[in-house]
Amino acid sequence: MELVYYPGCTLYQKAKGLDRSARACAAALGVRLVELPEWQCCGGLIPQVKDAAMALLGPSRILMDAQKIGQPLVTLCTFCYNTLKRADRILREDDQLRRKIEDFLDEPYRGVGVLHFLEVLRDGIGWEKIRQRVTSPLDIRVAPYYGCLLLRPYREIGMDDPEDPTIMEDLLSALGCPVVDFPARTDCCGSFLSLWRPEVTRECVRQIVEKAVRLGAQVLVTTCPLCQFNLDRYQQAGPSSDGRTGRLPVIYFTQVLALALGLEEGLPIQREHQVSPLGLLTAAAKERGSGDDQREKS
Amino acid sequence: MRVITTPIRGGKKVPLRLPESRPDRNGIQEIEELSGQNLFSCYQCGKCSAGCPIAFAMDLLPHQVIRLLQLGLVSEVENSSAPWYCVGCLTCMTRCPRGVDVSRVMEAIRSLLLREGKEDRRPFLLPNEIVAEMPQQASVSAFRKLSL
Repeated sequence: MELVYYPGCTLYQKAKGLDRSARACAAALGVRLVELPEWQCCGGLIPQVKDAAMALLGPSRILMDAQKIGQPLVTLCTFCYNTLKRADRILREDDQLRRKIEDFLDEPYRGVGVLHFLEVLRDGIGWEKIRQRVTSPLDIRVAPYYGCLLLRPYREIGMDDPEDPTIMEDLLSALGCPVVDFPARTDCCGSFLSLWRPEVTRECVRQIVEKAVRLGAQVLVTTCPLCQFNLDRYQQAGPSSDGRTGRLPVIYFTQVLALALGLEEGLPIQREHQVSPLGLLTAAAKERGSGDDQREKS
Repeated sequence: MRVITTPIRGGKKVPLRLPESRPDRNGIQEIEELSGQNLFSCYQCGKCSAGCPIAFAMDLLPHQVIRLLQLGLVSEVENSSAPWYCVGCLTCMTRCPRGVDVSRVMEAIRSLLLREGKEDRRPFLLPNEIVAEMPQQASVSAFRKLSL
């Protein structure tokens, strides 16, 4: 399977862990990712007002470039995915707007399939095949965290149920992880408010992390670099009110996948995490190692 | 000044003060056109405010914003902090039984204020160490939402 890969700005700089682990997983699972040549910023968000054609030019340029290659476009960052998928939909449904953008970019638009890497894993490869490829299942209680833009708006994204999604749970179960039933998984982490009103983000993050800790999660798993950053940096230091520690590492789904497939690219990059997941991951690996030893002896 | 109360926030009544000003029909129409939403679809169930993850930081709750607009009190909404705190996570539009996308209404209010030059909340005064660590997507979207 060959796909056009759009990494986006953050994956080249501050979420290298996500990019690196995803590339390794794709290669191991037989998916060839061809990076879109000379890609540019997607614009981060789809304009929510009716007369903002200018803000659609960023994603439109990317889609037009991908259209030339003729393969579906795959992304990892939630913001890029939401923006590109909705832009494709808007261009296909709104004839007037499409003509305006086609005139400006001097190119016809026919439509591009926009996929999230999770969809490639589910629909292109399948959970069963992934389950068979797992060499080192991680025995860590994981809480999947979807955040806002991966699933919403449902009519335009349609990846999974916006209120009761299962795609990440299915992946993590296939990888052999005990999955926490996490009701706060579609809550918002405060998004870009961390730049403008960090105290608001801190409160959003507190509610999410406290719930996860109370439910016994050892690690939060996410797809979005901004969710990862907010949940990691803005969680409160020290133990929470119920005496349990409030420090919860936050890692990407591709890192869990890579580690389960036995790829060292799954190990998180230290400086991308304030709450280091390394101790937990190496302890899990050690435990697994000793388990294997016992099995061999018996 | 008229005062109406809406039961929300832990069952407590939150007073909503209404001034005796005339309804601003042009203002409502402009917001409806920009957002593509029918403000009068809303029947004030409060589902948007109940699910809004940022409601605790807003001076008006999302359903109160819609109610004020229905009453034509556009300037009240323009002076509120609520549109600036809305990050567009779309929890409200996912759950609205009347199909109103409140985040589009919030963006329309923000856009009007930005275009008229009345407001600009771009985040300039940030400590460098935060900016250095923050994922780029945060800056891109913050500037898109909070400035023109």
